[in-house]
Amino acid sequence: MTATETRSGSAVHGNGRGAAGTQPAASAAAAGPRRRRLKGHWAGWAFAAPVVIYLLVFYAYPLYRNLELSFRDYTVRSFIDGSAPFVGFDNYVKVITDATFTPALMNTAIFTVVSIVFQYSFGLALAVFFFRRFPLSGTLRALFLVPWLLPLLVSASTWSWMLNSDSGVVNAFLGAIGIDQINWLTSPQWSLVAVLLANIWIGIPFNLVILYSGLQGIPEEVYEAASIDGANAWQKFWRITFPLLRPVSAITILLGLVYTLKVFDIIWIMTKGGPGSSSTTFAIWSYRLGFGSALPDLSPAAAVGNLLIVIALIFGFVYIRAQRRLDPS
Amino acid sequence: MTTVRRRWFDTVIGIVLTGIMLFPVYWMVNVSLTKTNAMRQDPPSLFPFDPTFEGYQAVLSQQLPYLGTSLVIGLGTVILTVALSAPAAFALAKLRIPGGGALSFVLLVAQMIPGIIMAMGFYAIYLNLGILNTIPGLILADSTIAVPFGVLIFTAFMSGIPNELLNAARIDGAGHWRTFRSIVLPVSRNSIVTVSLFAFLWSWSDFLFASTLDGGGKLQPITMGIYRYIGNNNQEWNAIMATAVVASIPAAVLLIVAQRYVAAGVTAGAVKD
Repeated sequence: MTATETRSGSAVHGNGRGAAGTQPAASAAAAGPRRRRLKGHWAGWAFAAPVVIYLLVFYAYPLYRNLELSFRDYTVRSFIDGSAPFVGFDNYVKVITDATFTPALMNTAIFTVVSIVFQYSFGLALAVFFFRRFPLSGTLRALFLVPWLLPLLVSASTWSWMLNSDSGVVNAFLGAIGIDQINWLTSPQWSLVAVLLANIWIGIPFNLVILYSGLQGIPEEVYEAASIDGANAWQKFWRITFPLLRPVSAITILLGLVYTLKVFDIIWIMTKGGPGSSSTTFAIWSYRLGFGSALPDLSPAAAVGNLLIVIALIFGFVYIRAQRRLDPS
Repeated sequence: MTTVRRRWFDTVIGIVLTGIMLFPVYWMVNVSLTKTNAMRQDPPSLFPFDPTFEGYQAVLSQQLPYLGTSLVIGLGTVILTVALSAPAAFALAKLRIPGGGALSFVLLVAQMIPGIIMAMGFYAIYLNLGILNTIPGLILADSTIAVPFGVLIFTAFMSGIPNELLNAARIDGAGHWRTFRSIVLPVSRNSIVTVSLFAFLWSWSDFLFASTLDGGGKLQPITMGIYRYIGNNNQEWNAIMATAVVASIPAAVLLIVAQRYVAAGVTAGAVKD
């Protein structure tokens, strides 16, 4: 909205200048307001300046430092005596040829895709359900937000204990229905499933809230018309709700992608990416290289982080395009 | 009659679904009240029939400094976030600055940068500046989670303030600053509440910046308190879960006191209404 306002503002400027070429008299008349507008701009930038400086110092500079880290060979000693030789793409080569690279890439992909598929499906089903507006639906919908509001560390430690092999309530329940003990957090084949369970649980409320607000945007008349034509609930969902919700769905899924790629706390608390690399994603790998041991390996850690940022930004730009299309005002 | 019965049937299903969804939260409370010697009981007791408060006593005796630090960091983050983002949003929404579109775009992109990358950059900078393990350093880092969100929320809200209101102030001789302070800010009270709530909750919940930038500090936030409990291979899960319950209080208060702001915040970040 703001973007288009400014753009249309400059379009007016452009027209004025174009007109000035053919009608010199008009340009003299336009000069006054333009100067006043310029003065207004200065005041405007004075309001925006703190955030601009803030973005430069606390976003651009850390990002730059991160790039620099990845192209040099930094160790803890470098921070003390300042020696950090430039090594070009060596850190990237080192990272890509590392034995952890392929599992981390696979885990990041699986973790992201599976999380989003389940969060979105559950979120949509619940949004449609709560949209039936039964008694208490508002209160219950609010309670559904709780998992999303809890500190991630709280959720992650609760899930750790619930999934504990010997004393966890999940295995106790599975035992009661005749399923053998599963080592959720300590066996390589289950650790990724365990962190996925927790992450899906945390993401459902977010999907529910956004998709619910999307449902509110579908006009009631469409459903009434379908009822007159004799459509049942199933047909209404697939022929009306789902297609009309597509723009909101696209936004929800893309935001989910960007957020899921960032997930760190849950995995780190529950499994630390292990056992081995069985639940290591790029975010975890980067942290483990940089801060996970007594001897930080900051340069390769920065390289992994930069690979992650490239992936996140690709989806980020797709999201921004999708949102512009949804909201063309 | 049948529709009434169907609606109540929906309510029953809704309660069951909410119960399943909130089971982990219930379990956290249940474990926090379980006696240490009953912790390894198989199967675990579904209800704390014989509750103990030893976990909460441990919180009171060991975790209060962590909670206090988190409170200070949370409030600091709120003040910094609102002070930075409200004026910028005013400029974007009402003063039509050139380059405003580019600024909004940069803020949108900024939200997508993974925290681990920011943490690494901050670590390198803080190490040089010598502000690792300090509260102001952590407040600055935590505010990066909330400032872009704050500007977006404030901009969306302030765009809706009628221009007539601002023009009337101008005719009365008020400058931009006076207009902002005396008209825009009071009118934007609701969005200030929304932004403050989220800024507080995010900094309260932050673990990544805390563990990377304040790993060795004297004053650490509550997330580090819980993490240390777990990291020490502590078997007193009632104390861990009691800390988790206490750490969840701000989220609970938020939901009860400001439910509509929460829903507004979640939605506004993604879809404009």
